[in-house]
This record gives sequence, structure tokens and C-alpha cells, in this order.
Amino acid sequence: MSDSSYLSEIRNFCIIAHIDHGKSTLADRILEQTQTVAQRDMEEQLLDNMELERERGITIKARAVRLNYKAQDGKSYVFNLIDTPGHVDFNYEVSRSLNACEGAILIVDASQGIEAQTLANTYLAIEQDLEVVPVINKIDLPSAHPEAVKEEIEDVIGIPADDAPLISAKMGINIEAVMEQVVKCVPPPSGDPDAPLKALIFDSYYDSYKGVIVYVRIKEGTLRVGDKIRMMATNAEFQVVELGYMGATNLISADELRAGEVGYIAASIKSIGDTKVGDTVTTADNPAAEPLAGYRNVNPMVFSGIYPADGAKYGDLRDALERLQLNDASLTFEPETSIALGFGFRCGFLGLLHMDIIQERLEREYNLDLITTAPSVVYKIEKTDGTTVFIDNPTNYPDPAEIVQAYEPMVEVHVFSPSDYVGNIMELCQERRGVFKDMKYLDETRVDLHYELPLNEIVYDFFDALKSRTKGYASYDYEMLGFYPSKLVKLDIMLNGEVVDALSFIVHADKAYPRARRIAEKLKEHIPRQLFEVPIQAAIGGKIIARETVKAMRKDVLAKCYGGDITRKKKLLEKQKEGKKRMRQLGTVEVPQEAFMAVLKLDE
Amino acid sequence: MNNKIGLYIHVPFCLSKCPYCDFYSEKYSRTLAEQYKQAVLRNLEYYGGDFDTVYFGGGTPILLADEISEILGKIQRTDDAEVTVEANPCVCDKQRLARLFESGVNRLSIGVQSMQERELAFLGRRHSVQQAEKAIVCAYNTGFRNISVDLMLGLEDQTKESVLRSIQTLAELPLTHISAYLLKIEEGTPFARRSLMLPDEEQSAELYLFAAEQLEKRGFMQYEISNFARSGLESRHNLHYWHCEEYLGIGPSAHSYYGGKRFCAERDLNVFLSAEHQRIIVTDDKPGDFEEFSMLALRLNEGLRFDDCYRFGIDINVITQRCKKIPEKYINITNNGISLTRKGFLVSNTVIGIILGY
Repeated sequence: MSDSSYLSEIRNFCIIAHIDHGKSTLADRILEQTQTVAQRDMEEQLLDNMELERERGITIKARAVRLNYKAQDGKSYVFNLIDTPGHVDFNYEVSRSLNACEGAILIVDASQGIEAQTLANTYLAIEQDLEVVPVINKIDLPSAHPEAVKEEIEDVIGIPADDAPLISAKMGINIEAVMEQVVKCVPPPSGDPDAPLKALIFDSYYDSYKGVIVYVRIKEGTLRVGDKIRMMATNAEFQVVELGYMGATNLISADELRAGEVGYIAASIKSIGDTKVGDTVTTADNPAAEPLAGYRNVNPMVFSGIYPADGAKYGDLRDALERLQLNDASLTFEPETSIALGFGFRCGFLGLLHMDIIQERLEREYNLDLITTAPSVVYKIEKTDGTTVFIDNPTNYPDPAEIVQAYEPMVEVHVFSPSDYVGNIMELCQERRGVFKDMKYLDETRVDLHYELPLNEIVYDFFDALKSRTKGYASYDYEMLGFYPSKLVKLDIMLNGEVVDALSFIVHADKAYPRARRIAEKLKEHIPRQLFEVPIQAAIGGKIIARETVKAMRKDVLAKCYGGDITRKKKLLEKQKEGKKRMRQLGTVEVPQEAFMAVLKLDE
Repeated sequence: MNNKIGLYIHVPFCLSKCPYCDFYSEKYSRTLAEQYKQAVLRNLEYYGGDFDTVYFGGGTPILLADEISEILGKIQRTDDAEVTVEANPCVCDKQRLARLFESGVNRLSIGVQSMQERELAFLGRRHSVQQAEKAIVCAYNTGFRNISVDLMLGLEDQTKESVLRSIQTLAELPLTHISAYLLKIEEGTPFARRSLMLPDEEQSAELYLFAAEQLEKRGFMQYEISNFARSGLESRHNLHYWHCEEYLGIGPSAHSYYGGKRFCAERDLNVFLSAEHQRIIVTDDKPGDFEEFSMLALRLNEGLRFDDCYRFGIDINVITQRCKKIPEKYINITNNGISLTRKGFLVSNTVIGIILGY
């Protein structure tokens, strides 16, 4: 029987907060104070690895670090600080990271009080049964009102906040109180180091030398170097080459990882697709009977075509996607072609934010100029010839004459919000063809609205619309339900009489007219005048249902050539030359890249 | 083969500045005019040369009739050289005109702009319709047989009717050449700072097309985007520009295509006056490429000849392929070359862009 007393000196926790309330700064201070990182080595906000994350102020990939803290009671504690992403696209990943913890430090800005993301994240933590430890930050600000904020926490969230440490992470004030609070309030982990191994995978990344590095929280059992492990979701087996825990800037190897601990495993795993977030790692020789609860096979929900603006860069785009996929198992891609856009890829994402991020990374890190098509979802079609096809690209949508029944993906949505906004939310869901299932009160002020919604209605901007109708307080989660029969139509866009395949949409028959009109209007705004009139038409199966016209140019910019000065005329031509580089020739019409983007970002 | 080049001399003096103008000029003074003359003479000495056209542009060059007279005496030119001086109707007095005529000026370009009082007021011109008429008649009486005027289109409240009246009036006068320009609001000018009610794109286009039609009806044949002349009386000097031929420019802000380079002199009178010879800034050290040549050629009715394309090593088929993207009403294609129609002139930038394959 192994000694389990070590468990009492471990604290596994994360930090949750609204954007800019000081999560990263506090993490930095904790790293400093536990001397995990020498002050001079601090590159501000060490935990946010990617530049992109830094810019957006959001964390995308979870990171974890082990710290040692000598508490006031004289004992040495092991702190495992896990950093978590905070967007609904990654809710599942967040929930797994939270599941690796027993507690969560909740930071609230003393001058702003409780805000939308505060609530959303706190409830996520509470749902995972974490102990929430409130901390009030930015007390250095003149507008700070900590006592009022304490009351707010107690009233709105319903957790006691009397003892909440008052700190300034920026100034380094009272950080120790936070750590004492963690020791006092966050429960130590439980687990039997002798039981069959159950380790929760909460993140992973690809290292070119060691293969995939898997971040785990050992729930039960003990793992040693050399053990043969099995991934319970895929049954894939690997041998542990190295394991250990994470320092702030590097991995620190060890001989074993025991129940209650957080660490990493390196097992010469070649592909990140072999390590699924939420999966349970066990040993091949003494496997656990059941995997840990909460595992979900995450599939891409949203698809879009990504094309290089310059056809010659196709290879570069492919390479870039391959590199991104190394570290992102949820990104999928396959080659595809478009008459309008040439050669590109159909990519699958977890959601719109995921898509946005991948796009920005492609553009920024790999220096690629891209054109992306409208995001779409997968449809199921039963055809007259008896076959069933799955279509993720609108241009492959079969001829209506061949369709027996079309199905669209439906999702189960739970919207969590203060009850004040129930009316707005119900209105929004109704607009999006939602079917109300039920409503539960989570407490006196908060509700859980349960709806069934078509995925293609939430894929564009449901999240933004929800936030704006609920002043940012609502959050939501969705899960695939399956394919439901639906009246779908394919909306084609024609410019100057020619169909532009890249602009085609699949839409529900009821939404076809308004959508068609909006697209035609947007295109008219963005297509510059040409030497001839450009009719913009939206059609369903050849029948025009919306039309706009871009009038022909009568007169362009004049330039004088007086006194032999031709520089102005030359400049005009130069400008034209530059402008044309961003144009796409679609049949006879020149369309700027911006037009594609504008049509995608349709906010109803 | 004409190996004579043009000479442009910028005379940067005005009595006052018109609100739409962005040509370089300073307030006229006798002293400065004298110093200016010296500086021009120094530059002429420095450059030397033999010219077949001479053009005094401004500003209001006729203000310096005496100085121009002296300068002309020192310009080496062909016997039949075209010598143009720009003038303002207010400064077209008998003495000045005579002075110029005697010293060999054989062409006058008078900045009339409009024959409607209201439009003249809008443009901030100091002369009246009557003064304009008088100036032209006086010039003719002095002996000038090659007289050009400027006409501006696209002015506030201008209509086809008012344009027609201006043209009718002008057609009665002894003119040989008319330049008709669409008003362009230039950055940094008073017009740019005002909110003007100008005709929109449609209306401007209409005014231009109408004016061109009416001018041709009265014997002023269009030969360039903005220039109309009685037969044989096109501006030879300006043709140097449009034929992509060399010319020398002297004076502050004067441009040159000379010795294989395009350059311009500093836009500063004081600098010009104090320098031994003008300080220049090269704007293009490899001018005269196909892009430039065709851009200029297409300003003319005669257009771009295929012979010239061969000269540049350009494949005619590529050009004619590109022309297929251009609606017929904008372009004429013959066996010898391509040219823009009048409607094509209005969208010349876009058309040229297509022809050049942008």
C-alpha cells in the first residue's frame, strides 16, 4: 500500500476571469512569487504563448505549470496552475481543463465588478464541482470599490466572499494572500496511487523531437517511465519514453506521476490525432475498467473553403495547414477546387472563432493572402438513386430533381443567462428556427434555456447576436443531435449572368429571400463600377429571387498632362495596377477580395 | 525625322490666384520679373539647344511681355517654330500684345474658361465676358492668327444650355483652337476646402460629350482628350508631350523629358532665382517605356499604332485580346492600331489599364 499522504500537499487549480481583469498578470505574479521564474526572466505574461493570443487577450491553448509554495503553516505545497481558454468554441476543452482541477481562483476587477465572462466561466467551474476562490484585483485603481464587489459576488454568484483577498496583481500587492487562500480553500485531490491508472488528457502539443507531449491529470494509479499505456477512446497503445511535470519554460522529467498530480507524458506518439482531449490514459497491463466520464469525440462543425489569393501559393498554403494541424487535432482539411477561386482546401473547424484564429494564423505566421468562402455545415441528402451523400461544399449540392429528402444537422443548445434576458434570447432562437424544449432555473436569477437549433443558423453569428442581446452575460454550449429532415435550397449568386460557385449558399427555404437580398446588397456595395453594367442576381435553381445592379462607369478619374507633367497620370495608372492585384476575375467581372469577406460577415 | 525638341518655360507670376488652380505661381512684381528673366537666360545658356516649339506657360506669362520678348531673342529655334504664350483676358492690352507679336510669338492661348458671367464669377476670374471678347479681337487685330482659348466644363450650375451659349459665342470669334477641360478639384486649393455643388459623374460626362459634339459641329475637330482645333492648327508643342517626344522645361516647377530622363525643377521661385542653373529632381530615370508611350498615345484620336507596339516588342495579339474586355463603344480597332472613342476618353484610365493588362 503506497503512502497517500502526499496528496494533502497538492493543490490543482486554474484562474478564471473576464477579459482584462488580470488573469495573466496574476499568473505571472504567482510564478514570480513561488520563484518558479526569476524576475528578470519574466517576459510579461509568460503563460500566453502565442502572439495572437496576446493580442486578442485570450488564451487559446491550455497550459499548465507546477509551482512550489512554502505556506505560512510551514509546509511545502505543490501548486498545479492550469491556464484555460475561454470561448464557447472551445468549451469542451475548457471543461476538460477544469476537470483536471479541484479549485478555481475567480478574479474580479475591483473597479468593474462582475461581468459577463466572469459569470459564464464561474458557472462552468461550479458545474465541474470546483471550489471557487474569489480574489478581488486592481485595488490600486482609484475607482476600486472592493467591498461592493464582495457583496456582488455573494449576491450574484452566491459564494461567500468575505475572505476574498484584496490584491493588485500589477503592483504585486498581497499576492501571498491568494496563495494562502488556495492552500486553505482549494481541496486537495483524491485518488488511490495503487489503483489501475486513469489519467485525464486535458491538452497536448506536437514537439518535433519527442512527438506529441500529452498533458495529463492522474486521477487514479501511478504511471512510470517504460509503462505501456493505452488510450481508452482509440485503443492505441504507446510506451512511455519520458514523463514529468511542467516548469514555467521547460519540461522537467521525473520517474513517475501519481494520482492527484498534473504532468506530461512523452511516448513517441507521432500524430496529435492519437491523443484526444478528455480521453483516459490507462496502462495496457492493468487497464482501468471504465474510462473517466465526460469524454466527447469532437468533430468539426463548421466548414469553409480556403484559397490562396495568388494561385502560385497553393503549396505554401498546404504546408501551412499541415503545420497547423500538427498541433490542432480539431482542424481538418481536404483539397478542393472552385471555378471562381482555383485550387484550395475545404477546412473543418470547431466553430467560427476557431476558423477566425486559423485564418489569422495562416495569414500572419505563414504570410499568406487568403480568400475564404462562406462557412457552411454538412448536409445529408437522400437521392433518388437510393444513395445517401453528405455535402459540406455548397457547389456539390445535388440537383433538386435528384433529392428525395434533405437533412440538416441539428444541435442541442443550452443558453445560460440571467433571467432578465429570457425574452430576448427566446426571440433570437425563434428567429433562428429554434424549437424550445424547456427552461430551468439554476438559482433565483439564472436560467438554463434548452433549445434545439439548426447548426447552420448558429454557425454565422449566433454567438455575437446572443452576447449583444444579453449585454454579454449569456453563454451557451451546443452538442450535435443528428440530422433532421429540412426544406433546404441552394442559393446561387450570379454576376453578369455567370454563377460564382464560391458564393453559393445552402439555406433553409424560409430564409432564402432575406438572405438573398442581403447578399445582393452587400455585393453591390463592394463590387466597384466596371466599364459595363453588372447585374447581381441571387437565384434558386435558375429562378431569380433577388437582384441588384452595379451601374456602368461613365467617367473615371481625370488626370492632367499640362506643361509636360505626366507624373500624375502615371500615378493614377500605378494605383490602378496595385488595386487590380486584390481583384479576382470572376468571368467578366472584377471582384475585390473584400467583397468575399463582406458577404461572409453577414450580420442580420 | 524631327530631331528638334520643344521648349517649355514656366512663368510663375499672377496678379491673383484663382481658387481652382494648382499651378505654381507667385505674386507679380517688376523686380522679381527682371531677376526671373536673368535666371531664364542663364538656364538657356546652360542648356543650349535648337527648338521647334516654344511654350511660355504659367501663371500669367503675358504679364512679362517685355521679359519674354528679350528671352525669345536668345532662343535658338527653327524658322517655322510654333511660339505660344499664355494670356489672361485682363492683361491683353494692345501694347503687350504688340510687343509679343513683334518678338516672334505666333500663337496665343487665352484663359477665357467660360463665356457666361455667372460661371466666370464661380471660377473667381477677374475678367468679364466682354473683356474676353475684346481680348480675342485685339489679339487678332494685332496680327495673331493662331489663337486658342480654354473652356472649363463641369462647373457649378453649368448646363448643356450654358455650355452651348459659350461655344456659340466662341465660334463667332477668330479662334483656331479650344481646350475644353473638366474641372478637377485639386488638393490644397481653395476649391478643395469649399463644399461645391458640382455636376455628378453622369452630368459631367454628358457635358463633356455635348461640348465635344458642338465644338466639332463648328469646325473645331477633336484631336486629343481635351483639345479641339481647326484643321492643321493642333498645338505642336503639346503634341511633343503626347507623342512621347523630348522637351526641355525651364522655370520653377517646369517638367522636362530631356537627355533620356524625366525631371522637374523645384517648385520655388527663390531657389530658381538664386541658382546658377535650375536644380532638378529626376522623376523617372527610365522613361519612354511602352506603358508610358501608350498611355500618352491613347490620349490622341490617332491613338496607338501597331507599328509602335512592334517597336516596343509588344505582341499585337495580346493587345487585341485584352481589348475584347472593353465594350465596343469605347474603343476603335483597325488594322493599323487602336484608339479611344470620345466616350472612351471619359473612362480612359480604366481602358488603358485593361489594355496594359493590369
